[in-house]
Amino acid sequence: MKALSMKISQNNIIILATVLLLLLLYGTGAYLYNGFFSLQVFLNLFIDNAYLIIVATGMAFVIISGGIDLSVASVVALISMVSAVMFQHGANAYAVMAASIALGVAFGFCQGYLIQRFQLHPWIVTLSGMFLARGISYLISTESIVISDDTYTAISQYKIRIGGDGFISISVVIALLVVVLAIGVARYTSFGRSVYALGGSEKSSLLMGLPVARTTVLVYTVSGLFSALGGIVFTFYMLSGYSLHLMGMEMDAIASCVIGGILLTGGFGYLIGPTLGVLATGIIQTIIMFQGTLSSWWTKIVIGFLLFLFMAFQRMIVMRKEKTAAAPANIQRKIAKKVVNL
Amino acid sequence: MGSLTASARKLARHKIVWPVVALLALMLLNLIVMPEFFSVEVRDGRLYGNLIDILKNATPLTIIAIGMTLVIAVEGIDISVGSVLAISGAMALFMLKDYPLWIVLLAALGTGLLCGLWNGMLVSVIGIQPMVATLILLTVGRGIAQLITNGQVLNTSDKAYSFIGKGQFLGLPFQIFIAAAVFLLVWLLKSKTAFGLFLEAAGGNKTASAYAGVRPRFILMTAYTITGVCAAIAGIVYSSNYASADANNAGLWLELDAILAVVIGGTSMRGGRFYLGGTVVGALFIQSLTTTIYAMGIAPESILLVKAIVVILVCLIQSDIFRGMLLPQRRKTVNP
Repeated sequence: MKALSMKISQNNIIILATVLLLLLLYGTGAYLYNGFFSLQVFLNLFIDNAYLIIVATGMAFVIISGGIDLSVASVVALISMVSAVMFQHGANAYAVMAASIALGVAFGFCQGYLIQRFQLHPWIVTLSGMFLARGISYLISTESIVISDDTYTAISQYKIRIGGDGFISISVVIALLVVVLAIGVARYTSFGRSVYALGGSEKSSLLMGLPVARTTVLVYTVSGLFSALGGIVFTFYMLSGYSLHLMGMEMDAIASCVIGGILLTGGFGYLIGPTLGVLATGIIQTIIMFQGTLSSWWTKIVIGFLLFLFMAFQRMIVMRKEKTAAAPANIQRKIAKKVVNL
Repeated sequence: MGSLTASARKLARHKIVWPVVALLALMLLNLIVMPEFFSVEVRDGRLYGNLIDILKNATPLTIIAIGMTLVIAVEGIDISVGSVLAISGAMALFMLKDYPLWIVLLAALGTGLLCGLWNGMLVSVIGIQPMVATLILLTVGRGIAQLITNGQVLNTSDKAYSFIGKGQFLGLPFQIFIAAAVFLLVWLLKSKTAFGLFLEAAGGNKTASAYAGVRPRFILMTAYTITGVCAAIAGIVYSSNYASADANNAGLWLELDAILAVVIGGTSMRGGRFYLGGTVVGALFIQSLTTTIYAMGIAPESILLVKAIVVILVCLIQSDIFRGMLLPQRRKTVNP
């Protein structure tokens, strides 16, 4: 029973706020527009954003460890491009998937290595990574290349029926599996706990004997892997390779993490958060689509406003935590209270 | 001989040396591959040539990078400068239809000032990390610019306004003088007032500087505001040069170039000492790289690739650990 009884505390208040926001947004949409409250509209949120869910979850690991990865969007574009070109040369679909994952992992590892080994700033390294990945895709081709491979087309069009008329794509299943896996890794593996410790304080982690160097490199490798998976799913979705795909998506991924309650100072956040953040932005987009007359840049303004709200909220919580940490008497009183209760 | 290497080493420790060496190396490459790169001719009392082009095209980047230097000096970052450029450009061209030039310029600068104040407030008063705080304006900014231009690309044929970007002064593009003026003003602010000292103090250690009587909040606020105004100046130059304001594409990716210029110029992302001269050299280096690639006839698609590799190399060279690996005999002096 204890696990089921949820208590509102400083630890889960942000995620609760995100859930509340989701319900509020969805309720508004359902109230205002006919046909909004349908199963398929809800499922489409997942279908259209499967790649973003995956990429944002990878980004969450990096942010929790106290870093940042700006290269994710361009890695996705690069993978769509590489896949398209490999198909042009008659490659097998599974070989393409394997190559995509190998590429993403290698890319992430190199970034992590540079950041860790030479103590370079993650901003600069991943920024160059972003340029590099976009640059390579530009070099391959500046045109958009259509993918007509049978396996990819089949996967792309396969519909998994859910309930009456609703359906989801295979990408959604992949995305949800990835999220579940990420939650498991973050909670139950030593790697996951090291990531949180590292984000909390690098010095303390070192003193505790945690493998800081290995964790740092691994975190960026994981982000690379997730970008690669996101790239594959995105390729299913678009069925084309293009070097200008998803310009600026790294900011969407970061925004989703913030709205999902991942603390940008590192060390705190639930891995389900990014998914909720992605859904929130997805609902905003859907509402604006249903509204019909507002142009799409209103999405950006609303998301920016939400970002501001959530950041101010995060900041308030951190400030309260700092206050409690700064007042040991307070803690002593708490302990005393607990002892009395026992 | 020994003293020569010693003085060379001493020289190498000056942060300004590396960007200058990089710029010279690039110029040397140009001299060998295509000597005509350096030819400057006079036509109708104006100077023409690749070098003039580099100076002219580097103007918006230089102005923005100068502002960015101040922000990075206080351990911050401002990734919204591209968007602020777009907003102020849109504002200027929107106002130009009905108002005289001086009001237009004031309005554009005021817009930048407001954006800078907003960023500064988020960072210094609320205490959000700089990257995330400015992320808001990066996302929202282009939306606001769209709101001003009503989703269209605004054009202008105003002669006086066009002079800012296209005019000539003393045989040189007028833009160059704007960049020089901005540099001079910020340089005076840095070296002739206490502000520069406070800025480095606040960037080096906020707590220590607060105990020393510096008000880090006020310093941070000022740094972000100056950056906002710099972005607005760049916005005016940019929109005047193209005689149009494009909310979507004006200054796209410019924030990244500006950060690169600052880092290449030797200012550390971890705050503290900052080098305005280095930043200008860094901006010129980035623009020279682009011009060189175009002039050499290399596919323009490779610019991003080359940029990425150059940035990583420059950062590695600046890294003590990497230099320690290359020069094992100096390992003792490297941080453990």
